[in-house]
Amino acid sequence: MPFIPHTEEDIAEMLASIGAKSIEELFDEIPKELVSGELTGVPPGLSELQITRLMMERANKDGFYQNFIGAGAYEHHIPAAVWQITTRGEFYSSYTPYQAEASQGTLQLLYEYQSMMASLTGMDVSNASMYDGATALAEAALMAVRSHKTSRKILIPQTVHPIYRQVVRAIVSNQKIEVVELPFCTECGQILPESLAKSNHEDFAALVIPQPNFFGVLEQVDALTDWAHSKNAFAIGVVNPTSLALLTPPGEWGSKGADIAVGEGQPLGIPLSSGGPYFGFMACKNDLVRQMPGRIIGRTTDLDGKEGFVLTLQAREQHIRRSKATSNICTNQGLMVTAATIYMSLIGPEGLRRIAAQSHANTQELIEQLEKISGVKRTFSGPTFHEAVLTLPKKTTDILNQLKQKGILGGLDLSTHYPELGNTLLVCATETKTAEDLHNYQQALRHILG
Amino acid sequence: MLIFEHARKGRLNYSQSPTKPATKSKIPQNLLRKSPVLLPEVSEMDTVRHYTRLSQKNFSIDTEFYPLGSCTMKYNPRACNSLAMLPQFLSRHPLAPEDTGQGFLACLYELQEILKSVTGMAGVSLTPMAGAQGELIGVMMIRAYHEARGDFARTEIIVPDAAHGTNPATAVMCGFKVVEIATDKDGNVDLAALKAAVGPQTAGLMLTNPSTLGVFEKNVAEMSRVVHAAGGLLYYDGANLNAVLGKVKPGDMGFDVIHINLHKTFSTPHGGGGPGSAPVGVAERLLPFIPIPIVTKENDHYRWVTEQDKPQSIGRLSAHMGNAGVLLRAYIYVRLLGMNGMHRISEFATLNANYLMAELRKAGFEIAYPNRRASHEFIVTMKDIKDKTGVTAMNLAKRLLDKGYHAPTTYFPLLVPECLLIEPAETESKETLDAFVTSMKEILNEIESQPDMVKAAPHTMPVRKLDDVKAARELDLAWKPNT
Repeated sequence: MPFIPHTEEDIAEMLASIGAKSIEELFDEIPKELVSGELTGVPPGLSELQITRLMMERANKDGFYQNFIGAGAYEHHIPAAVWQITTRGEFYSSYTPYQAEASQGTLQLLYEYQSMMASLTGMDVSNASMYDGATALAEAALMAVRSHKTSRKILIPQTVHPIYRQVVRAIVSNQKIEVVELPFCTECGQILPESLAKSNHEDFAALVIPQPNFFGVLEQVDALTDWAHSKNAFAIGVVNPTSLALLTPPGEWGSKGADIAVGEGQPLGIPLSSGGPYFGFMACKNDLVRQMPGRIIGRTTDLDGKEGFVLTLQAREQHIRRSKATSNICTNQGLMVTAATIYMSLIGPEGLRRIAAQSHANTQELIEQLEKISGVKRTFSGPTFHEAVLTLPKKTTDILNQLKQKGILGGLDLSTHYPELGNTLLVCATETKTAEDLHNYQQALRHILG
Repeated sequence: MLIFEHARKGRLNYSQSPTKPATKSKIPQNLLRKSPVLLPEVSEMDTVRHYTRLSQKNFSIDTEFYPLGSCTMKYNPRACNSLAMLPQFLSRHPLAPEDTGQGFLACLYELQEILKSVTGMAGVSLTPMAGAQGELIGVMMIRAYHEARGDFARTEIIVPDAAHGTNPATAVMCGFKVVEIATDKDGNVDLAALKAAVGPQTAGLMLTNPSTLGVFEKNVAEMSRVVHAAGGLLYYDGANLNAVLGKVKPGDMGFDVIHINLHKTFSTPHGGGGPGSAPVGVAERLLPFIPIPIVTKENDHYRWVTEQDKPQSIGRLSAHMGNAGVLLRAYIYVRLLGMNGMHRISEFATLNANYLMAELRKAGFEIAYPNRRASHEFIVTMKDIKDKTGVTAMNLAKRLLDKGYHAPTTYFPLLVPECLLIEPAETESKETLDAFVTSMKEILNEIESQPDMVKAAPHTMPVRKLDDVKAARELDLAWKPNT
């Protein structure tokens, strides 16, 4: 029996101890009319050899492509040590560290993670992670509304990832929180600080500020943060963690710094893997820590005065507070954060800076090369980090299909989410791409358009 | 020692980042970072050594028996991990075209179909990323259903007092008022209290069955009639599905919406607290509201179902497809077990729990519901022992760590004083259970002979009892240089 160690003799002895004649008898409290028959919808079991062949066939069917898609999930080199250590059984098969003395490995690692994320974002404290970037933003919006006494409105620019906006809407609408969208400048691809004047008469709990934004364009974060604070609204930064090695972190935006920073942690050592599992990060200023959802680890001492780590501020959480909890969340993405912590340790501050700078440089180089093709041009004038939007002379889906035939996933067609922009393509080249890769892309596109 | 304390300024792992810093930059000066990034500067070997050593300070299923009630800590087959991490799966971008992911989508589609079949539901969405998110999504669908019928008066969700804390917390996150109902002396929901609580204001009832008290809710069919007659819907919290998999389907019990904890019943790893995964299943009448994306099959081609197909969907609750890699692990697990492996899970989980309950009772422990069958878990109450000796359930839990066992769940459910919720899971052998009973007996003797030693446990862990009060009062949540 797969994964069940019982011998016939074991079963007989165990039933005798219980005083039951059969295993079936142990289910005698289930009313007869509810008992189901055979599970006909489940195929017969496979051996490990058979399932290995099946999964290899399916994996081979999917194959490998040169990937130039970003849009919230980014391909980066992941050191071999990251997942070899992360999948050690002691990390992989342990539970939430409720028994602190028997979970110091996970707890210390999470404390180190919180320390790294607080520094990276320029904030005072970080939690131990959220489900993903989109839900982290939704939780930040809820947190802002809880802390803001008068407004239940959140201002979100249309330069924020369109799916993040959908997720935020789906979650916060349950609590009658209104999401107000802010249009962007179609020339520069940014939120113009002067465009906020229209919202001056309205009361908002928070302004969401993406950096870089969904188009890869860098926003004028200082002015946006100061505007939010002038209106007594919280500033929530949605940031790419790799970019923070180069860019001013949210904690230092404007004169006071943003209040909450969130984002998708996937670039920090998590494989693309068709969309998950990833992890969301969330960090904030000290005065908001008691409104922060999710697990938080604190450093303390034991009976002998020796340093140790525990889950803390649990009085915010559902298993203590039940219906009065700050959130229903009772997990973090523990294993993903384990990988991210090991990744950040292996890469270090200079390594992350080089990865960010190379990704920026590669994207600049790719855009310059592609702009040499007739009819291809940058859509927006704003400065970019490691992603940019191109306007194409033909229908984007057709071009992408032809690139795919050549083994290249050329980027994301923006026509679904931004039909008003015409034939556009969001393209990204991280440090994983070589000069030859960039040249090959240019040659392929030139051939298709030529 | 923290990783930061292994660091030296200027140390860099040259093979892990671009050899030379890129010089081509078009980032405006005013947007550039001026403050240092306090990531550690440590060698690759020191990093490997540090985190390997940290891992050794954890209890885990791979190293210890882990009878943590309500968490289903069963063996996580290694094949599920290695096959979900085939390089083609890992390198696939979530927004890559569907025709570059037919192998991956086939796995998800088949997983949806298998979950529908074992739960008796009409539709399944794999997007929820944890049990609590499954609950949130389930309750959102209940709300959407009532509102689509123009019924805005249903403002209450009924939750038994034995429920997980996530149930009431979720209902509140969805804008509902929570009505708690009591449990009777045998561990069933008080039917009279339920009848008194329902009405035109009832949106639904959230129920875990078997309950968190480790017993099957015998009146579930009657409860379903009462709630449905009042116009409410029934929510099944699948936390304890491991106890009844293949024996009884939530759909047959009358549930309209359910979540299934893949990290429990379907053996995906707990990972130190996540990532979990909790697909939701719905009855026919909730199909229009199911969250996207889901996978459909048309002419042997798999594709995503999106808002164009499901205009009434409650929408998207994750940036992509939930915890996709966890879903692959669950898929591999169900294929390894197959049809007959499904009901064996509940049979042997139940056999192990009832055997352990019988042996602990013989050893002198008090069982909270002695006249009931255990489901896949049961409760020991330490109330009498505490009254006589002052030794608490938490003291015993900590002493178990010294004996090389992870502790059972303590102080949950809140209804039973000084409780230990014990769930052995089907993958443990009789020898392991017997050895656990022996250790429990030893502790019982120690409680008699040296209660103060037991109260001061643990004694053999990397740290002794930690000061939680200090942790909460003198918050230290991040390392800073020179602290």
